[in-house]
Amino acid sequence: MATALSTKKDTKIRLQKSPTGIAGLDEITEGGLPKGRPTLICGEAGAGKTLFGIEFIVKGATQFNEPGVFVAFEEKSDELAANVASLGFDLKKLVQEKKVRLDYVHIERSEIEETGEYDLDGLFIRLGYAIDAIKAKRVVLDTLENLFSSLSNEAILRAELRRLFEWLKTKGVTAIVTGEKGSNQLTRQGLEEYVSDCVILLDHRVQNQISTRRLRVIKYRGSMHGTNEYPFLIDNNGISVLPVTSLTLENKVSSQRVSTGIPSLDNMLGGQGFFKGSSILVSGTAGTGKTSIAAHFANAACMRRERCIYFAFEESPEQIIRNMKSINVNLEKHVKSGLLKFHASRPTLYGLEMHLLVIYKMIQEFKPTTVILDPITNLVTVGTVSDIKSMLMRLIDYLQKEQITVLFTALTLNTIINENTDEGVSSLVDAWLLVRDIEFNGERNRGMYIMKSRGMKHSNQVREFVINDNGLELVDVFLGPEGVLTGSARVAHQLMEKTENALKAFSLNRKDREIERKSSMLEAKISGLRSEFESVKDELNRIYQEEELKQEVLNQNREAMINLRKEKVQQSTKK
Amino acid sequence: MKKQESVAVDEYVLTLFVTGASPNSVRAIANIKRICELYLAGNYNLEIIDVYQQPLLAEKQQLIALPMLLKSSPLPQTRLIGDMSDTQKVLKGLGKNNETTDGIEENL
Repeated sequence: MATALSTKKDTKIRLQKSPTGIAGLDEITEGGLPKGRPTLICGEAGAGKTLFGIEFIVKGATQFNEPGVFVAFEEKSDELAANVASLGFDLKKLVQEKKVRLDYVHIERSEIEETGEYDLDGLFIRLGYAIDAIKAKRVVLDTLENLFSSLSNEAILRAELRRLFEWLKTKGVTAIVTGEKGSNQLTRQGLEEYVSDCVILLDHRVQNQISTRRLRVIKYRGSMHGTNEYPFLIDNNGISVLPVTSLTLENKVSSQRVSTGIPSLDNMLGGQGFFKGSSILVSGTAGTGKTSIAAHFANAACMRRERCIYFAFEESPEQIIRNMKSINVNLEKHVKSGLLKFHASRPTLYGLEMHLLVIYKMIQEFKPTTVILDPITNLVTVGTVSDIKSMLMRLIDYLQKEQITVLFTALTLNTIINENTDEGVSSLVDAWLLVRDIEFNGERNRGMYIMKSRGMKHSNQVREFVINDNGLELVDVFLGPEGVLTGSARVAHQLMEKTENALKAFSLNRKDREIERKSSMLEAKISGLRSEFESVKDELNRIYQEEELKQEVLNQNREAMINLRKEKVQQSTKK
Repeated sequence: MKKQESVAVDEYVLTLFVTGASPNSVRAIANIKRICELYLAGNYNLEIIDVYQQPLLAEKQQLIALPMLLKSSPLPQTRLIGDMSDTQKVLKGLGKNNETTDGIEENL
């Protein structure tokens, strides 16, 4: 009711529309089918025309409070009810509640003889009565052109159908007319597309043995509409159309970081890992350990007590669990505790769109924080590269909106230039790790580097990527004078360095001792010289003292002599 | 029951569905009456129904193209649509063509 009111308000500005309730279609048509006017749904056999009509009626009756009349020219009412019961539409109940009316129109050609001019008043009366009986707002005629096979006067039929369309408009009902696709035109009779206000083509194409349903709005009088071909699905909930991209790029972003599960890889990413809700691509050649990285990432998410879904397109869950056990990653316990969910399917099981829908549904049910797709390259078997790109774009869009971190793995072939492949998703993802073979010195080693990682500091170095019993490890490659060394060459070089160091240390020791010896020798010499010097000094001292003594004694003697002389003089003078 | 059965063997039970006084309907009524009088004189039971008056009949009788003449007896049941202007086809539909083709031409 609310929608009906709001559309009424807009009457002056734009065409009134009648929402179909078909997921995604109302987005493309900006509100639904033209209200009170006829719409043609055309397509080949099995394209989903009848289902489209039924869903329009059922959704109208259940969601928009618009009762509807379904006129079937092909299937009997009971058959119809039984056919759509599998989609969860309870037609019989709706009929009882007078929300839906089914009318099976049937003409047996063999019983009929045309004897002159006639018109289709019978159909008009029936339809008019049915519409009035439940105050219908919606009418579906499936498939009108059956009349052409039952009645032979084409001129009358064409005129009458024209009249029917006009009459439906005056009745004010939103009508859907289905039509089989003709060889060169949209319908066999080439009539309905001109008298309808809106034409939607349903297509069912098979490419590489896998079919994809597509829908295109060919015309829509007085309204804008998406003109692309949109893939759509029929599953147990009816039709859902998936617009190729959401129109906005306004997803919320988080600056929260999540660990990769490999500490040394976290270190390469500024020490904290990826952003939450980002998309990560791990690409590499066969056997480079992409799945192992994915498993570590899943394991890390489960260790944080977060939920994770692992979509495996190549290996069975048991196989992955077994293989990962060998590198010390126990995924089994996470599966048992319900944190980890595996969904393994062959890519060829169904088309890309179905894959996308399955992924959507699983995510909606399980509400994980981490999703892993391993590997996306296998999807190439089901679609072209551009198909996959558009699918992944929508998936990434959706996951970003839900703040779910996603990790894709992609296989690259040696023969192709790596940077160009990866299903063209490399520009879509936030982070891209490249794991590659480094073939050198008769062995094959794994090297890993970060091609890009939006919005964070990341290492620009190539790391050697080692898988051992304890898990994954990133080792700094040896950057020597001979270039980058990995594997045994790196180890050999490291050993060589070690011996060199030992030798160096040894020779240093010897030199030290020699110097010590020399110094002690010199010291001995010095002390010898010093003692010599002492003795010389002593000698000198002695001589000096002797000399002094001599002088003293001499002086004393002289004085004694003088004194003696003086006494003699005095004696003489006295005399 | 017995009487009815004996009657049903050769009596024509015809129902003509029309839509009010549309040109086709008017022509159909006039034509069928003429044909009945000419070829089935005294051996028919013609009922004319205006579908506008009984819209429920439209669904019940699987009416689409109108006017329509329903021959419920003798079997097989046949339906004739149109304004009954093609007398030959009407007679063929009524199962009378083999016996009376010559007669018509003589009459005409």
